Amino acid sequence: MEIVYVYARRRCDFGRPCNFSDRPAELHVDVLPDPALAADFVRRDPCDVAVQCAQEMSEHEVNTERFESEARGINHVEGGWPKDINPQEMEQTIRFRKKVEKDENYLNTVMQLGTLMEHCIKQNNAIDIYQEYFEDEEEMVDSRERPSAKTINVFRDPNEVKRTATSLSWHPDGSRKLAIAYSCLEFQRAAKNMSFDSYIWDIENPSCPEMTLKPASPLVCLEYNPKDSHILLGGSYNGQIGYWDTRKGSQPVETSAIEHGHRDPVYKAIWLQSKTGTDTFSASTDGQVLWWDIRKMSEPTERLVLDLGRKGNLDNALGAISLEFESTMPTKFMVGTEQGLVVSCNRKAKTPAEKIVCTYSGHHGPIYALQRNPFFPKNFLTVADWTARIWSEDIKESSIMWTKYHMSYLMDGCWSPVRPSVFFTVKMDGTLDVWDYLFKHNDPTLSLKVCDEGLFSLRVQDSGALLACGSQLGTATLLEVSPDLSTMQRNEKALATAMFERETKREKILEARQREMRVKERSRSEQSKEDEGRDTDAGDESAEQLLARAERDFFEIVGAELKKRELEAGQEQIGAEECLPLQVKDVCDEEDR
Amino acid sequence: MAEVEETLKRIQTQKGVQGIIIVTAEGIPIRSTLDNASTVQYAGLIQQLVMKARVTVREMDPQNDLTFLRIRSKKNEIMIAPDKDYFLIVIQNPTD
Repeated sequence: MEIVYVYARRRCDFGRPCNFSDRPAELHVDVLPDPALAADFVRRDPCDVAVQCAQEMSEHEVNTERFESEARGINHVEGGWPKDINPQEMEQTIRFRKKVEKDENYLNTVMQLGTLMEHCIKQNNAIDIYQEYFEDEEEMVDSRERPSAKTINVFRDPNEVKRTATSLSWHPDGSRKLAIAYSCLEFQRAAKNMSFDSYIWDIENPSCPEMTLKPASPLVCLEYNPKDSHILLGGSYNGQIGYWDTRKGSQPVETSAIEHGHRDPVYKAIWLQSKTGTDTFSASTDGQVLWWDIRKMSEPTERLVLDLGRKGNLDNALGAISLEFESTMPTKFMVGTEQGLVVSCNRKAKTPAEKIVCTYSGHHGPIYALQRNPFFPKNFLTVADWTARIWSEDIKESSIMWTKYHMSYLMDGCWSPVRPSVFFTVKMDGTLDVWDYLFKHNDPTLSLKVCDEGLFSLRVQDSGALLACGSQLGTATLLEVSPDLSTMQRNEKALATAMFERETKREKILEARQREMRVKERSRSEQSKEDEGRDTDAGDESAEQLLARAERDFFEIVGAELKKRELEAGQEQIGAEECLPLQVKDVCDEEDR
Repeated sequence: MAEVEETLKRIQTQKGVQGIIIVTAEGIPIRSTLDNASTVQYAGLIQQLVMKARVTVREMDPQNDLTFLRIRSKKNEIMIAPDKDYFLIVIQNPTD
């Protein structure tokens, strides 16, 4: 039943001013109750109704701007004296004191307190109640707790235009300070008003940097001098090298001349071991490695062109992206190139041609990080493209251990200074991975997402517990790793030595096998050429003969692989090795089909 | 007066005692065996600490009160005997 009431108005009456008038109520519709409708409903008894008498609340998230705080000291002066006494006046204070000393309350109190105090003093002298029992016993760190890392502080780039934190360096003594170099590495993407400054932060104070360094061009790399903690070396985007003294201010003390420096951004600059403590060297993608003495920055003391043809030809040179120098081996150094090769060089070679000793190939992309293991200098870590690889100096064809291929680019990595088998890597998707190679090879022991943007650089502090990583938007995060990742475990050195030796031996055997197979192939192909020459129906090989030859080859390959497998099974000791050459499995699988 | 002197002397001669200070509740040092600068510093800092400690104890249980306060640090031990109007502070270097 529809109730409808219709109002009608003529079109010409629209818009007329209203003329209100009073009239009594009119009954339009009267709907009487209809009991027949009740048949459609069922009586419900009891009724369950929820009622709440509470305040209505709603949830809303608010995030305020970062609160900038500053710590300041206050100077206290003597106070507490009653109003009429001037603390500076000796007479008045002495008089006050004398008065108090005559007070009876004072006398009684002091007597009481004196007895109480004597009791405690005698107690102290009798037994040292805070003595450490069992101090000499070693703590049995047998905790099965999972490794973890937590963020302690975040240092944000104070400028409006955010730049990438490309390099970090910890202060050499005590590591209370962190120097971060900021620059924009994308070609010609740097905004016009981008600031060139790099900062030194005090790790306790993330709200503002302790000191600013003002170079002429943004700094790509920055290193503290390990001998003198006031001096920093910086390599900038325009190829200049400069050094700063933190006592002398924000401007560089001296910079290299542009004509004699690099022609591309200086990607890495390191301090060298020398008596004067002033030698450094730098590398850049223009293919040169230059040595400098900071006392005279106008031109480099030595120059090396990374030309593998050993002719010193700049056009053929490989661009260098990372440098490695270990003070325990002062004559050797290594350079990581853009082309994916690691070049090992000897500083003390007589001719420039002999400077380049050998190369290690195996990476597909620029080598962003290169570092020797602090405990085993013969093994070094390289981080490039989508993997991190560990190499042994003796094996030049391939790395001895490598991680799997990740989904995103690995940008930087370094060994832990306290544990020989632990290293850290950072990726472009903002994750930090901690690898413990004695524990697990396939996956990182700990993988943390530090931030949403890519992480570009990483540096571990000398104690091994703190590490800092810098991101694309200039945010540096300070993390603390759990103690089981930063203290050496029992037998760790021995186990790590065994592991490295085992892997090196395995690679050597694989190499020897490869060489054997190649020699065999060559001799076989030479022999078959001779056979063909002797064959009267040259070129008339029937299908069956072809099949027979194919079968023979197939069985030979299978036999060789099986033998190789047996050899490896004999070599395996502790720890699963999943990084077996995948080619072995694949070949067999294909042939099984 | 003489008893006070005697008590203080007795405390002073105990093994390892480095200094004694008597301070009023407001923080004014009355008697001290240390130099003025240290005395003033100790008096000011310790007075605040004693106030805080007393309030803490009282708050946990209003019937309770602070009787003695000992601060053990790496180098020495500061013992404070508080009272309503005065404190007695003794710095001792306990025997190792």
